[in-house]
Amino acid sequence: MTLTTLEYLPGHKVTEHYGIVSGSTVRAKHIGKDFFAGLKNIVGGELHGYTELMEETREQSLQRLKAQATKVGANAVLGIRFATSDVAQGAAEVFAYGTAVRVSKDV
Amino acid sequence: MFELILGAVLLAVGYFVGSAREQKHFESIKLREKEFLYMPVRPDKILDAQTVEKVELVTASVVIAGDYFKTVASSLKSMIGGALNSQETLIDRARREAILRLKEKTKKLGADEIIGLRIETMALDKMGVEVMVYGNAVYSKRS
Repeated sequence: MTLTTLEYLPGHKVTEHYGIVSGSTVRAKHIGKDFFAGLKNIVGGELHGYTELMEETREQSLQRLKAQATKVGANAVLGIRFATSDVAQGAAEVFAYGTAVRVSKDV
Repeated sequence: MFELILGAVLLAVGYFVGSAREQKHFESIKLREKEFLYMPVRPDKILDAQTVEKVELVTASVVIAGDYFKTVASSLKSMIGGALNSQETLIDRARREAILRLKEKTKKLGADEIIGLRIETMALDKMGVEVMVYGNAVYSKRS
């Protein structure tokens, strides 16, 4: 499965189009609940735990997007975008979407 | 009275420790930016298909909290309006760090450049900032 934010794939042509696929993950992000994050808020600096949480959330969204694309029979997802929104107090959503397609090598 | 002293101590700690940490971070960013200057990062998506082996999605992110002094200073400043200098440096740090991490990941993958760069910024409950960057690692054809 090839994932890209490009609307095309160099050296390939799109042979089939399956429409939009998406994947989303919602996570709690309340900083005040975390003791060490609270300390960091005094001296400033990177919140490593939150960076990791963010990476995991994004990975999971991509996994779900991939699973959906595989299900419809695609072998690539083009034009991927990420969007984030605050769905509830202290919770945030990372949402990935793109166009599922079947591509084949240009000859 | 105790609260007043605690507030003053927190402000002082936030100011001195926070500034020192910020400066250290900026120095590290500048150093690594020089090191990665050879790797192009473009927001456009123009590619010559003849020279490209493959492309791959790459992502990176960073979450940075502001110090206590920044938080208090910006809440005071926002009452009278104007530029929030302390927040500007915080966001600048986060974005540059995120782009550097993207470049580091791309280097590790063995790719040559990044195209179609996008930057997403989110506030973290008014206390910090979350930056997510993503783009496409481009592998050039080796001849």
